[in-house]
Amino acid sequence: MQQFFQTLTTGLSDGAIYGSLALALVLIYKATEVINFAQGEMAMFTTYIAWSLITHHGFSFWEAFFATLLIAFIGGLLLQRTIIRPLERASVLTVVMATIALLVILNGLAAWIWTPQLQFFPSPFPTSSWVVGGVHISKQDVGTFAVVIACLVVLWLFFRFTKLGLAMRAGALNPSAARLVGVRTSWLLALGWGFAAALGAVSGMMVAPTVFLTPNMMQAVLIYAFAAAVLGGLESPVGAVAGGVGLGVMLNMLGTYVHPVTSELRLPVALGILLVVLLVKPAGLFGRVVVRRV
Amino acid sequence: MAPLLELEDVSARYGPITALHGVSLTVGEGEIVALLGANGAGKTTTLRAVSGMVRKSGTVTVGGKKLGRVTPESVARAGVAHVPEGRGIFAELTVWENLRMGAYMRRGRPDFRMVLEYFPWLESRKSQQAGTLSGGEQQMLALARAFLQRPRLLMLDEPSLGLAPLVTREVFRVVTDLNQKEGLAVLVVEQNAAIALSTATRAYVLETGRVAVSGGADELRSNDAVRSAYLGY
Repeated sequence: MQQFFQTLTTGLSDGAIYGSLALALVLIYKATEVINFAQGEMAMFTTYIAWSLITHHGFSFWEAFFATLLIAFIGGLLLQRTIIRPLERASVLTVVMATIALLVILNGLAAWIWTPQLQFFPSPFPTSSWVVGGVHISKQDVGTFAVVIACLVVLWLFFRFTKLGLAMRAGALNPSAARLVGVRTSWLLALGWGFAAALGAVSGMMVAPTVFLTPNMMQAVLIYAFAAAVLGGLESPVGAVAGGVGLGVMLNMLGTYVHPVTSELRLPVALGILLVVLLVKPAGLFGRVVVRRV
Repeated sequence: MAPLLELEDVSARYGPITALHGVSLTVGEGEIVALLGANGAGKTTTLRAVSGMVRKSGTVTVGGKKLGRVTPESVARAGVAHVPEGRGIFAELTVWENLRMGAYMRRGRPDFRMVLEYFPWLESRKSQQAGTLSGGEQQMLALARAFLQRPRLLMLDEPSLGLAPLVTREVFRVVTDLNQKEGLAVLVVEQNAAIALSTATRAYVLETGRVAVSGGADELRSNDAVRSAYLGY
């Protein structure tokens, strides 16, 4: 029983990280139908910026955290304006290739600037645990989960209750109609990239204390995020988060209770889930089947 | 006084196909002007050219000001509300959210009461998903949303499309109401020439991308060629 709850909390915290990166993917996908393959590397790059602020510039963790969110937001916005927007009229495949190029560039750039060595990234949470009824609940896990959920709630409030959030949803649903009521959709797309980048930065800064900081840190996380987004349905923000949390819990449970699933098998299992979902329920658990007239 | 909307020698093309060959027309303050013609005559393209949704040559002026680099959002900001073909509502948003989008360009709290005066039934459907409204209700919602933009000119693209005759009449009654009580100028594209001519003050008939006939609505109604081609009697 103890083991079950400990596995569950670790799973929830891992899952929240996958979910936040998955949501970043969904934000961009919903607005432009493009999968941003560079999402993970953007997160890694901004996490390095946070690391540099903490270790070289005397920022506290939380100062660096919020500064990095802002930097990530602006960075995402600029990437959209300079690289993605000129490809507005290009095919989806072209844009996807551009994001793959961006992935490789950011990865190389990070290794060049900060060296590919493992770096220790501090955690804002104590390493101790709470003991509740004999169950050890890691403060690290609870803190990670709480931070990610708090960010998601803020984002949800923004989309639900602000005029700009509403305009972003409307622009994603029907861009030409949104323009006719005066929405500058092109800027909203850039804003979407900004939000996605900031969300990715959250996942990066939350995962870095447990996996150590390296230029390749986010590659596995990105795969989990893909699986989570597909599991939840690429069109569904709620699905992405639920898919992420579900995947995190599932992988940890498999690791604990099913012997052959060692850490080497985590990625294959995640991709196996991705394949099964694509074959059995391509719209995902929360997605709707969209029939397009062609 | 300069007309509210003036098109001068406007041509537009989709790739190699020219859809408009030098169309000139005007809409004055407080007027309802109908744009008639068969399928493919260029009616929709004319509206799209005004809204910057299609590449065009020639000049378009709104309120005496020539529109420069034209994008749909800049035309909307210049005071033109365009209800496109297929109504352009946000099907997955609620009725209320659709209305809020109409007021997107306006600062402060939008005055929804004003809209409810003309569309009182919207109040009870506020939280309904717009896509689940009937066709007529969706057309009305699109009108209400356009009205919330507080435009100087309303452009309607085939408001009668897919609607029952009774519902069509209701839509045109509201358009007339908005025109008379709010002084809203209207440019309406219609296949249903009979109802368009009974609502409009003036009309243009397009044929293969050119203005073939134009004049007062009564005049066109008694024009034999128009009558046989578009009114069918």
